Amino acid sequence: MSRQQSNRLAKAIITIVSAMVIIPIVFVILFVVYNGIGALSWEFLTAPPTNGMREGGIGPALLGTVILTFVVAIVAMPFGIAAAIYLAEYAKDNRLTRWVRLAIVNLAGIPSVVYGLFGLGVFVLFLGFGTSIIAGGLTLGLMTLPVVISTSEEAILAVPQHFRTVSLSLGATKWQTIRHQVLPHALPGILTGVILGLGRAAGETAPILFTVAAFYLPELPKSIFDQTMALPYHLYVISTQVPGMPLTIQYGTALVLLLIVLSFTLIATLVRTNMRRRREW
Amino acid sequence: MTASKQAETQTKTPHRWGERVIETIIRISGVSTIVIVGLIFLFLLKEGLPTFLDIPLRQLFGRRWYPIEALYGILPLLVGSLLVTIGAVIIAVPLGLIVAIYLGEFAPTWLREILKPLIEILAGIPSIVLGFLGWVILAPLIQDMGAPTGLTAFTGSLILAYMALPTIISISEDALYAVPKEYRDGALAIGATQWQTIWRVVLPAARSGLVIAVMLGVGRAIGETMAVLMVTGNAANIPEPGPGMFFQPVRTMTATIAAEMGEVAQGSLHYNTLFGIGIILFLITFAINSIASRIVGVQGNRRRGGQL
Repeated sequence: MSRQQSNRLAKAIITIVSAMVIIPIVFVILFVVYNGIGALSWEFLTAPPTNGMREGGIGPALLGTVILTFVVAIVAMPFGIAAAIYLAEYAKDNRLTRWVRLAIVNLAGIPSVVYGLFGLGVFVLFLGFGTSIIAGGLTLGLMTLPVVISTSEEAILAVPQHFRTVSLSLGATKWQTIRHQVLPHALPGILTGVILGLGRAAGETAPILFTVAAFYLPELPKSIFDQTMALPYHLYVISTQVPGMPLTIQYGTALVLLLIVLSFTLIATLVRTNMRRRREW
Repeated sequence: MTASKQAETQTKTPHRWGERVIETIIRISGVSTIVIVGLIFLFLLKEGLPTFLDIPLRQLFGRRWYPIEALYGILPLLVGSLLVTIGAVIIAVPLGLIVAIYLGEFAPTWLREILKPLIEILAGIPSIVLGFLGWVILAPLIQDMGAPTGLTAFTGSLILAYMALPTIISISEDALYAVPKEYRDGALAIGATQWQTIWRVVLPAARSGLVIAVMLGVGRAIGETMAVLMVTGNAANIPEPGPGMFFQPVRTMTATIAAEMGEVAQGSLHYNTLFGIGIILFLITFAINSIASRIVGVQGNRRRGGQL
């Protein structure tokens, strides 16, 4: 086989294999949409499950996931953005900074179920929150932190250096420069990071297993110290724990979860491209 | 608004004071990431240490996980995690590299602009949704192919491979992208074909980045919980060694924690042991990520040095 032939062969194989990997992604999404769309209705989204979950909707679980996502936003956003500002603007190139970076890399790598253990040990038991929205939200928030930090830091570093130089030379202090010159320009990137993090938090199951999620609750939560149902856990319950579950409800639940998470991804992508287009430096 | 802002700036003293507070908060937030990692490890130790003190080591690394009879042998769980992860790596690494090569070297720009977001979307699909699909589609399919049950280590490996692919693809592609264009031009100019250039020049040059991609893929696979819990059959047995071992039900460390933590009494030895498994998981992923980030550091320094 000549060099040219093996070149052509390699190229063909790589292209075919890539198609075989990428096409199923589309297929998986379409498959869930196709099988789940029939279940979707206003009632499905708002009504509680009935008849041992075999009928009715997913209202309480959907609401629980929305509430949890809010708590995560409140927990992870300010903290993550502050840490990103520290890394991008204040941290010197020393041992401490290297440790902070190592810590963030490792936070990103810790298995989600280990976050669940930590949440159980600290928030549920040690701090005495019990299995509650606040315990689950804090656990998910910590898990989201590395995503928020690293994308925000990238966004802050992408603001050109001369913005800072000019602002400082006009007599602004360091914080004024960051607040009025750097952060506004870094905002789209920061938002992207936050939205991606929230999307991930909304879809996670393992961290909420022992910190907040309830199998079934007849009533909606009244405070952040109550348990709540949550969509990912609900999908787990109705697909493995309830015998004789109708497939349409399972697929419908999977579809709603998928739509929530993917819409976060989509919004993040739109924010990024839209803002990037307007930028002119 | 602008006027008041200016006035605020001119009265300097209170502003400086506020600034000091904000900067302190920022510094604390940054450094507390270290504290969080430390706290996570400490709390795992606090709840999990009795595992390693109260259970004789020989029993702890024994072959039987049977908490009802107080048998806490974690060997089956270690083997389960290992099998599922190895299977996933064998599937995902070559596929991920091939897709990365395609995206980085062959795909036309317009196609790459479509495919990259698509792969990001795959990364965003919740593991519980993939677990659900594995449970309703993949498992019956594998059973039809002749396995005694569809819930096997192999089923888990397939789902995990799919989940690790985005990580492997995007990091490998970054590594390929970081190879200077001069290398390719040089190889092509002396008459190498495109494939020869990729195989002999680009891939070796990107080697350390590719190693990182594989490591982080492994880290992702070994920590995955829900999908694995749903599709691997959850039998805490050590499969008979041999090629058939991938087609038997297994149980991973992560799945064990997820499945049993809800039912144990707080403070019992079973409870402690689940945290003990958490310690092992933490240490494995900590090692993987620390080594990977060290390689990145070395590589980054070298590249910066090269530019000067």
